[in-house]
Amino acid sequence: MSNLTIKNLRKSYGDTEILKGIDLEVEDHDFVVFVGPSGCGKSTLLRSIAGLEEVTSGQILLDQNDITDVAPAKRDLAMVFQSYALYPHMSVGKNMSFALELAGESKDVIAKKVASAAEILELDKLLERKPKDLSGGQRQRVAIGRSIVRNPKIFLFDEPLSNLDASLRVQMRLELARLHKDLKATMIYVTHDQVEAMTLADKVVVLNAGKIEQVGSPIELYNRPANMFVAGFLGMPRMSFLTAQVASCTDTYVTIKLDAGAELTLPVQGHSLSKGSKVTFGIRPEHITVVEENAGMINTSVDASEHIGSDTFCYVKTTNNEDITIRTQSDCSVVDNSKIGLEFDISQSHLFDNDGIAIATRTTSVS
Amino acid sequence: MLLTLKQQRRLHTVAMGALAWLVALLIFFPIFWMILTSFKTEIEAFATPPSLFFTPTLENYITINERSDYFHFAWNSVVISFTSTIIGMLIAVPAAYSMAFFETKRTNFTLQWMLSTKMLPPVGVLVPIYLLFKDFHLLDSKTGLIIIYTLINLPIMVWMAYTYFKEVPKDILEAARIDGANMLQEIWRILLPMTKGGLASTVLLSLILSWNEAFWSLNLTAYNAAPLTSLIASYSSPEGLFWAKLSAVSTLACAPILIFGWISQKQLVRGLSFGAVK
Repeated sequence: MSNLTIKNLRKSYGDTEILKGIDLEVEDHDFVVFVGPSGCGKSTLLRSIAGLEEVTSGQILLDQNDITDVAPAKRDLAMVFQSYALYPHMSVGKNMSFALELAGESKDVIAKKVASAAEILELDKLLERKPKDLSGGQRQRVAIGRSIVRNPKIFLFDEPLSNLDASLRVQMRLELARLHKDLKATMIYVTHDQVEAMTLADKVVVLNAGKIEQVGSPIELYNRPANMFVAGFLGMPRMSFLTAQVASCTDTYVTIKLDAGAELTLPVQGHSLSKGSKVTFGIRPEHITVVEENAGMINTSVDASEHIGSDTFCYVKTTNNEDITIRTQSDCSVVDNSKIGLEFDISQSHLFDNDGIAIATRTTSVS
Repeated sequence: MLLTLKQQRRLHTVAMGALAWLVALLIFFPIFWMILTSFKTEIEAFATPPSLFFTPTLENYITINERSDYFHFAWNSVVISFTSTIIGMLIAVPAAYSMAFFETKRTNFTLQWMLSTKMLPPVGVLVPIYLLFKDFHLLDSKTGLIIIYTLINLPIMVWMAYTYFKEVPKDILEAARIDGANMLQEIWRILLPMTKGGLASTVLLSLILSWNEAFWSLNLTAYNAAPLTSLIASYSSPEGLFWAKLSAVSTLACAPILIFGWISQKQLVRGLSFGAVK
């Protein structure tokens, strides 16, 4: 059993605070993904867990032991770097056995562990080669192999797939998922790629500006984003936001008037809105239907459309110049600058208060 | 007539090649002339116009061998340059390691300040150094020269090692740290093997600079610790210059380092380009 607890972790460089109080629990066998825009502190958080960054304050506990000030080597963690960070002067086999050698393992044990890791990762035939003679995917596998042989309590991955081309990335993503299942290991994975986050994670941690915005399963975050940041960050293309005002409300219903025109009534649970409150209405591209002009909830004009084969993305502007993205079938043929009407699936919509915090709508709060 | 692009390129290559040869010959000429003169008699050495064709003689080399103990000076040169290089590397590697991987706000300034000390005219500190050496009984001692050579070559050695270390991705050292390497293991098993080419050229450069150094060896040694550069100087005697003998002794002094440099050409070129060519 190994679980990681992070308590009020802070990290500053001079006057700049990179991590502004992180609290997090990572359970045994969890695949946790840190995701967020660049500069949000996700890599710094991972490096702090690894012991490569000194933290300013706070605590990191591994199995109830305080490891905040323990040297990286003594933490019993393994890390896979974005650049692979293989030792260029050592063969693949040596790269994988280096840590075991340093730990003073016997030759037999080392040989056995390297062989079994090589088998898992299909590296058996490459053990004598130098990293420079390997392809990107193979290098990445060696970097993972180097972690596996140590049998660490937690695997740390720092954007491990971002140097690979698109098809290899998909393949390695599947391999990583398989590895996690086979090894039953605890893994923490940093990425800015939301597809990786959604597909790999048991638990996604969305970071922004040094703070955790939301923690939850991928589908939970997608269906019930806690705020506008998470709502806008997860989902491709991103959620569209329309400004609105509360026209009237009861305990269970809110009627809002979009600045773009329509009046919508949404079922809500426990809110502090009152008539006149400014709110933001959020709707994902896949929950909008294109209809004839004047036949829908609002009218818009088409800015541009992209046909990507399986779908068509339409970018439209409302009468008050707000942007909306729509995902429709591939055979949808809207003409640029033409006028179209839009129909929203209210049951899938989101509502945010003036501070960008989500208001639980009744439909989305039922999981 | 207009040249095609291909012809222009070829012409360019030929012209650049010719220019490079010309420069190389120009640089090599004094050495060539020195070797040539060392095989002439004193009279031939003086002749105007100088003679290109003559009967070579070993007379000068024989005289030198009789008059002075070449191997005494050569041994001093070897001991002083190798020891100062080894000590220099022992200081330069950790210094460069800390500056390359644990940079502070003042690292850049320190590096530039170190290099700027190389721009001072050595003669400016001759008197204080001389007096210090006298007080510490270091005059005409190999220890004294080793200390001086180590100090004057250190800035360049640190700077070069720093440049090579900077090329090593930080990730790799961090990976070693996570794999359980302590600082010594990190340097010895990862950093040094990865930069061995660059460090070899640093060693070579330090050896060459120490071997060729003349100012301090002339001023701080008499006989006991005198290296080959002092031997050469001793042949420019008050009774006038003996060109042939001077050339012979110079050839003998240059020969070891020249051969050494020839063998390690490849490393040296990389070293002198300061890592600019990867």
